Amino acid sequence: MIEKKNWKQIPQGGLIIEAGNAVNYKTGDWRTFRPVRDEKKCTQCMMCWMYCPDSCIIPKDGKIDHTDYDFCKGCGVCAQVCPVKCIEMKEEDEFR
Amino acid sequence: MNNQEKKALTGAESVAEAMKQINPDVVPAYPITPQTDIMHTFAKFVADGKVNSEMILVESEHSAMSAAVGAAAAGARVMTATASNGLALMHEIVYIAASSRLPIVMAVANRALSGPINIHCDHSDTMAERDSGWLQIYCENNQEAYDTTLLAVRLAEHKDVRLPVMVCMDGFITSHNIEGVEILDDKDVKDFVGELKMDYPLLNTEKPITFGPLDFYDYYFEHKRQQSEGINNARNAFPKIAKELSAITGRDYDFIEEYKSSDAEFIVVIMSSSAGTTKDVVDDLRAKGIKAGLVKIRMYRPFPFFEVGEAIKNAKVVAILDRTESFGAVGGPLFNEVRSAITDMKKKPKTINYVFGLGGREYNKSLANKVFEEIQGYEDKDVKELVHYLGVRD
Repeated sequence: MIEKKNWKQIPQGGLIIEAGNAVNYKTGDWRTFRPVRDEKKCTQCMMCWMYCPDSCIIPKDGKIDHTDYDFCKGCGVCAQVCPVKCIEMKEEDEFR
Repeated sequence: MNNQEKKALTGAESVAEAMKQINPDVVPAYPITPQTDIMHTFAKFVADGKVNSEMILVESEHSAMSAAVGAAAAGARVMTATASNGLALMHEIVYIAASSRLPIVMAVANRALSGPINIHCDHSDTMAERDSGWLQIYCENNQEAYDTTLLAVRLAEHKDVRLPVMVCMDGFITSHNIEGVEILDDKDVKDFVGELKMDYPLLNTEKPITFGPLDFYDYYFEHKRQQSEGINNARNAFPKIAKELSAITGRDYDFIEEYKSSDAEFIVVIMSSSAGTTKDVVDDLRAKGIKAGLVKIRMYRPFPFFEVGEAIKNAKVVAILDRTESFGAVGGPLFNEVRSAITDMKKKPKTINYVFGLGGREYNKSLANKVFEEIQGYEDKDVKELVHYLGVRD
């Protein structure tokens, strides 16, 4: 648990003075369903990568590599748009 | 005391003159009676090349304050003016200006809030912003309007304060009446206000920041606590700034003005131009041997709690005059705040509220006399009716 700062320790006026620190807030914590991809069925059409609103489908060498679970919120759009339905939304609890 | 030139100026022109000498970076402007002359006069200075200010003509007061916030966040020294429903229209952004700790200075020519639509003086417009976090100073006359505009810039930009300031003056009564005003040399004003240095201006691309982000329930309270500290720091910051200006103008300003009140038995507490009228009546009564006095509140936010309490504690009866109504409260804002200041005192005066002057209803010597006459009557009588309406037909 991150220790919370008191009113004397935070920048005035609600400013965030560290650039780009949104990356420290792991929104993946909010997930209740997790996308799990069956690599054997995947045709590498890149639809999931294109539609992901959080840019969490990470390609490598021209192929889908992995999902960034630090920021995947489990919205399920990837599973919805996959033309071969190789992505299954599983309960996050199974992975905790 | 430095060289000053006496000029015949309206209150609006006095503020515009101060603005000319301050030469702010950005002035967003939208007109509304009775402040229009401030922006109008300043616009002429811009057109004549007498200032370097970027004057932005916006589509509403909400936009004026939004532009002010954006410019101030960028690192600019920003000034503007409004009144009445114009101030009400900027309400949400007024809060944001204060919570973002931006040292904006805004002149307000106090005018009644609608409805019915009324263009004349009362304090309902700025009183509606008393919780916003802005500092508020009420000016009795054109000289005070000029001097306070200069003080406001220094106070807003003080490193321990960093909050926006409203410089209030009575609409039409002060804004449109000509008085002789002592004006400093341009250089003295320039030296007095100095340069603004914001800690994290948006235009500094070396230190990129996020301005105006979200808070959850785990940090909002801490930011507000910080803001409280800021406005309370003005209590320490102001006297030093006022002293510095006094050295060059010869005019002293404190949180309140005590006029023949130190030994007074009957005191009127009041703000703004009506104080001038009341001082005349105090003089008349004193000449007759009646121990009358006046306490004029200049800095209303932060409220001079201790100063007001000390100033009135030895009187017998104190009339607190509000130029606005706070509907549903028992008594106007000044009444309740002044009463609060003496609540814990063992020996305290009787207090009675007079709501007066709404929508520009005249306040004159006759009414001021009526107040003093009535409160003298309460010396040996209990106050049954706390709230009275002065000058209304009933």
